[in-house]
This record gives sequence, structure tokens and C-alpha cells, in this order.
Amino acid sequence: MEYTTDLLNALVLLSNYVLIPALSYGSQLALGAVGVTLIFGILRFANFYHGEMMAFGTMCTIFITWWFQSMGFTAGFFPTALLALPLAILITMLLALATERSVFRFYRQRKSRPVIFVIASVGVMFMLNGIVRMLIGPDEILFRDGQKFLIKAGAFKKMTGLSEGLALKQTQVLTVILAVLAVLLLFWFLQRTRTGKAMRAFSDNEDLALLSGINPERVVMVTWVITAALATLAGVLYGLDKSFKPMVYFHLLLPIFAAAIVGGIGQPVGAIIGGYIVAFSEVTATYAFKKFLKYLLPSDMAPDGLIQFLGTDYKFAVSFLILVLVLLVRPTGILRGRVL
Amino acid sequence: MTLLLLAVGFGQSWNVMLAIFNLCLISAIMSMGLNMQWGYAGLFNAGVMASTAVGGLAAVLISYSPVGKAWDAGGTELGIAFAALVVTIVLGLLVWKRMRPGRARSLSLTAVVLVGYVFIRFFYEGASSSIEAVETAKTGFLGGLGLPVLFSWAAGGLAAAGLAWLVGRIALGLRSDYFAIATLGISEIMISVLKNEDWLTRGVKNVTGLARPVPYEVDLQQTEWFVSLVKWFHGSNLAESGAGSDALREVILLSSGVFVKLCYSALFLAVLLMILTLAMLALNSPWGRMLRAIRDNEVAAAALGKDVTNRHRQVFIIGSAVIGIAGAMLTTLDGQFTPGSYIPLRFTFLIWVMVVIGGSGNNLGSVIGAFITWFLWIEAEPAAFWLVGLVTSMLAETSPLRQHLLEVAPHMRMVLMGLILVLVLRFSPRGVLPEQAPERN
Repeated sequence: MEYTTDLLNALVLLSNYVLIPALSYGSQLALGAVGVTLIFGILRFANFYHGEMMAFGTMCTIFITWWFQSMGFTAGFFPTALLALPLAILITMLLALATERSVFRFYRQRKSRPVIFVIASVGVMFMLNGIVRMLIGPDEILFRDGQKFLIKAGAFKKMTGLSEGLALKQTQVLTVILAVLAVLLLFWFLQRTRTGKAMRAFSDNEDLALLSGINPERVVMVTWVITAALATLAGVLYGLDKSFKPMVYFHLLLPIFAAAIVGGIGQPVGAIIGGYIVAFSEVTATYAFKKFLKYLLPSDMAPDGLIQFLGTDYKFAVSFLILVLVLLVRPTGILRGRVL
Repeated sequence: MTLLLLAVGFGQSWNVMLAIFNLCLISAIMSMGLNMQWGYAGLFNAGVMASTAVGGLAAVLISYSPVGKAWDAGGTELGIAFAALVVTIVLGLLVWKRMRPGRARSLSLTAVVLVGYVFIRFFYEGASSSIEAVETAKTGFLGGLGLPVLFSWAAGGLAAAGLAWLVGRIALGLRSDYFAIATLGISEIMISVLKNEDWLTRGVKNVTGLARPVPYEVDLQQTEWFVSLVKWFHGSNLAESGAGSDALREVILLSSGVFVKLCYSALFLAVLLMILTLAMLALNSPWGRMLRAIRDNEVAAAALGKDVTNRHRQVFIIGSAVIGIAGAMLTTLDGQFTPGSYIPLRFTFLIWVMVVIGGSGNNLGSVIGAFITWFLWIEAEPAAFWLVGLVTSMLAETSPLRQHLLEVAPHMRMVLMGLILVLVLRFSPRGVLPEQAPERN
């Protein structure tokens, strides 16, 4: 009996600190990585301003949220940001289309090398970074409202009688549900609709797609629109779950790239798998397993150290390590993506 | 450009002008290094920051005086940990090379790495915590060699070259986009190591008070010859104002700052000219022609028997070394090493803007691009303040719009840089000074 309790305690501990946070973080990364991989697949370059696009979308959401709140218009139990999200997605779509028109179309028509696209996207990254900081400032912003916890740690302890508590934040559940919905919608679109099929054909073989009468302008536009929507959703969910800070969003670019490459560039399914791999390894590698093992092992075998693979400060480095490892061992990614 | 700098000199102050000029010189060296990689060879290196930071680390490790107590506290253990690391790597390589590919090899490699990891971790933990415990507020790290800081410029170059060799082993086989992402990732790993390994760099506690290659202002103000120099230089002005001792003191204070900055400028200029000459000679040599041939058509160059990967590695290492030298110079100029201040926007992508604006493939272009870009980067802030002041001059001092605009004015420079980069890339992709067409005889 005592052993069962210990086992349950260990499981609850693990889900509280590793499984649930990694699941929601992974969903956020996956949404971002799908956007990066779509751009990679259709436009064939690494979009360095994806993080800024997320920041921009989140910023719009925050402004609209504040506006709603000032009118006394909230979502009650849910965060108000969810109401603001559709409008913010629209604005971000317009932004993505504007950059496509003003910056990238020129190089597309001249069939420039991918590197030129990358440099141009670095330029856009600088501009958006500045604009976001100018509009909302470089500081950290919390914009979550509504009910914070679905299950509180204390209540959970009382309910189950275990000594470990389990806290479930509403944003974590929302993240997973919304991410699943968005991904299902995306796959339905890619597999079932004419435009989606055109996109897949274009990504697979551009010349053949052009021959069969697919309009490249339309495909590219739809790609940017979808990417903008996914980026905004990912950014808002991350911001709700943690907080919004422009610099952090810039740094999210690398775990997202890592996720896209690990999964296989140009493969949306791969990007999702990659997102969860990166998130779980980041959280697991920096979690101290001491307490977890204390529950599982007999008391005389309890470990002295923290049993932590890497210091917590190396959280970000883990995703880059995975990235480098995958590039070395299997540059095509798990799902055999395109090698650019 | 010279005119602009002079305008700052007269308009703001000579101290500001020289501070900008010095950083222009350092940026010019950095952008020359990147130009070798991108302009000569077409390598998209997004890890410029790593070379800069390693150069800076070298400045600390060379010039800071050794902390004896820390060595006593954790030196041996650290040595053992390091030896364990070397043994693990050697064993791992042996397993990799000697055994046939298959499950047995993977298993034994994993075993070697795991056992090695536990060993290293065991000694390293003890070492780092006991080193960091030594007078944490003042030192808490191993210190350096206590050599003159000028040596560190060469050492910075060497260290960056070593890192580049390692990065090149990992990333150089990859195509352009992947190479960019991999180098960006590695540079971030590098920075987080510098931030967190307190025994080596004091981490985010920063290392301050590094030795200088030039005299200190305070000493200068006491020195006989300097005071008489200032008197001679400003003789007529001082005579008019009555040669009061207050006026004299003020002039001496100002000129000591200018003098120190001039000393730095002279040193930096010497390094810049040296590297510029070498870079131009290299570009016009058979080696430079070969690199350009590889850049323009890898397949054709390979068909002619040129070793593409090795040439890429070579130029990647050389370029990184140049950036490393600039990194060491930057830390020397600042007199402190602050790992937290290395962010990719400033230390990687800004250098890219310099190279693209100046003209990829042209060394002089990179120098000019660096001057223009750094000047704009610094002066965009006062200019933005001035602009905001002008636009909002109708509004009251306390109006929230004016307050907000003044607050955000500094971020204007990001937008400006992005705009310039996009515009140059679109309308003048060859930059201010385009790459010169090779002479044909």
C-alpha cells in the first residue's frame, strides 16, 4: 500500500513539473514550427522573422485585450485574449502579406538564392523588433485574466490525500486544446481543399505545379496567411501561459527552428513531433530528479545529488544541442524532409 | 563619413566623437572578418557573436591576475575533471574509429560517454562550487594569467579560430540555411556557457577592472608633461579666460579623456590597417581567386580539383579569428567582460548589416559599411529624440503621447537598421563599394 502511494506521488510530481509544462510548451513550439516549416516548404527559405511575427501578433492581441477590458467586455472564466485573438490574427495576416508584397515578392520573381531571402528576413526582423518595442515597450507584460487554475495544488492534495500537489493551469489546457484544433484544421485544409492540395503540390515540385496551372501567387499568399495565423496563436498561447516580452520571443526562434529541423523540414507532421521532442528534452534535461527518485527507490538508496543532467540555466542550450545533433546525425530530420 | 564624425566632434563633444570612432574601428574589423566568410566564400555565418565573445573571454583570461586561492580551492579537481573529459573524448573517438559500425559500437560509445559524464560531473561539481565560494563578491573565479592585455588580442584571434575549427567540423557540410541556423544555435550555446560557468568568467556577475594598454585618465591628470602639453595646446584660449586654475583643470579633465581615446584609436587603427592590407592581398592572390570561384560555382570549382570543404573551413577559421581579435579589442576598450550583453541582434546581425551595406566581397566596403552602420546605430538615438522633440513641440511637456514617444525613441534604431538593410538589398544589392571585377590580362 505504501509503495503504491509512493508510486502515485512520484507520478504526480513528474506530471506537475515535467509532463504538463512540457506538453503545453511543446504545443506552443509545434504551432510555431509548423509555420516555419510551411514557409520552408513553399518559399524555400528559413524565415528569421518568425519570432517577431509571433511577438507582433501577441502585441496586437494585448492591445485589443486592453481595449476590450476598458469597455468592461471580458470573457469571464476564460482569458479575454481569446476574444481578441481573431482580430489580432487578421492584423498579423495583413502584416505578413505586406512584407510579402514589399520585400519578398521581388526576390521570388527574380528567383534569387535562398540566402538572399534569409538576409531580407533578417532586415524585416530588425524592423519588426523595433516596431514592437516602440509600440508596447521592451518590458515584461502579463495579460492573462479569468480563472488561473483549473486544479489547485492544495485542493488536489486534499482531494487525493497524496503528499504531492498537482496544479493545472487553465492556459495549459487551453494551449493543448487550441493547438490540437488548429493542427486538425490545418491538415484538413492541406489534405481536403483545392488550395491545400495546390500548396502540397507546389511544395513537392514547383515546376510541375506551375505546369498544371497552379497560381503561384495565390499559393504563396495563402501560405503567409496560414503562417501568420499560426504564429499569432502560438505567440498568444505562450504569452498567456508565461508572459509577453519581446526579447523572449526573439529567442523562441531557435527552439522553433530546432523543432522544424528535427521533425524534417517541409513536413508539418514532423514539425509537430519536433516541437514536442524539443520541449520534453528541454524540460527533462533541466529537471532535478532527486525527489522523484526518492519516492521510487528504497530510502537507503535515495540519491544525494540533485540528479539534474544540466543546470536550469542551460534550458535554451538544450534545444540547440538537439538541433546540432540532428544536423550531424540525420540532417533530413525524423520524417525525411527536404535538404535545402 | 569623416565630415559626419567631425560634425559630432563639434556638435556634441570630442569625447563622444572618439568613442564612436573607436567602436567604428572595432566594428570595421569585425565586418572584415565576416566579409571574408560571406563576401569571399559565400558562407552565411550567423554565429559572429560567438567569436566576439570568445575573443572577449581571451582578454579576461590573459590579462586578469590569477586568483591563487581559487586555484588552491578547486584547481586539482578541475584538472581531474578536464583530464576525464579528454580521456572520454579520446576513448569515444577510438571506439568510433576502431569498431565496426553496428549495435555493438553504438552501445559501447554510449557506455563510454555515460561513464565519462558521471566522472566529469562528479569532479567538476565540487571544483566549480569550491572555486565560486572563494570571495564570491570579489572574485569567485580562476582569474587569468596576468599578462599584458595586448597579448590577448592575438590570443582572442587564436581562441576564436579554435572555436571556428570545431564549429566548422560540425556545420560546414550543411547547406546555406542550415549552416546559418547551426551557427546561430552554437553561438547561443557558447553565450549560455559564458553566462553560467561562473568559475571561468564570473558569469553574469561580470569581470570588471581589466588592465589597460593605455594610461589611465586619473594618472594623466597628475603627469607633468601631459599638463604642459594641454597648456601649450590650449594656450591662447586659456590666456583669454585669464588662465584661472579652474578653467585649466576642466580642460585637463576633458583632454585626458580625449588623449586616452586617441591612444586606443591609434592601436585600433594599426590593427585595422594591418588586417586590411593582409585581407586585400589575400583577396587578390590565387587563394582569393579560388575562393571566389568556389563561391560562384561550387560544382565547377570541385570539378577543377579544388577542395571546396577544406577551403571553406580555412576561410571560416580565418574570418572568425579576425572577429575574435576584434572581440578581444572590444573587451579591452570596455575594460570589462559582461557575458549578459552579448545578444545576436547587436553582435551578429548588426555586423551583417555592415557587410551588406558596405558591399559584400569588398574589404574597403566593409570598413565603410561598418563606419556608416555604427554611426547610424549610435546617432539614431539622439536623432530620434530630436525628431520626437520637434514633432511634439506643440504638445505640452506632460502630454502622455509625448512621454510615450520619448520613451520609445531609442528603439527607432532597430527599425532604421532593418529598413536600410532591406532597401540596400533591394535597390543596391552590391552595396556602397561593389566588389571589383577581377582584372583580366
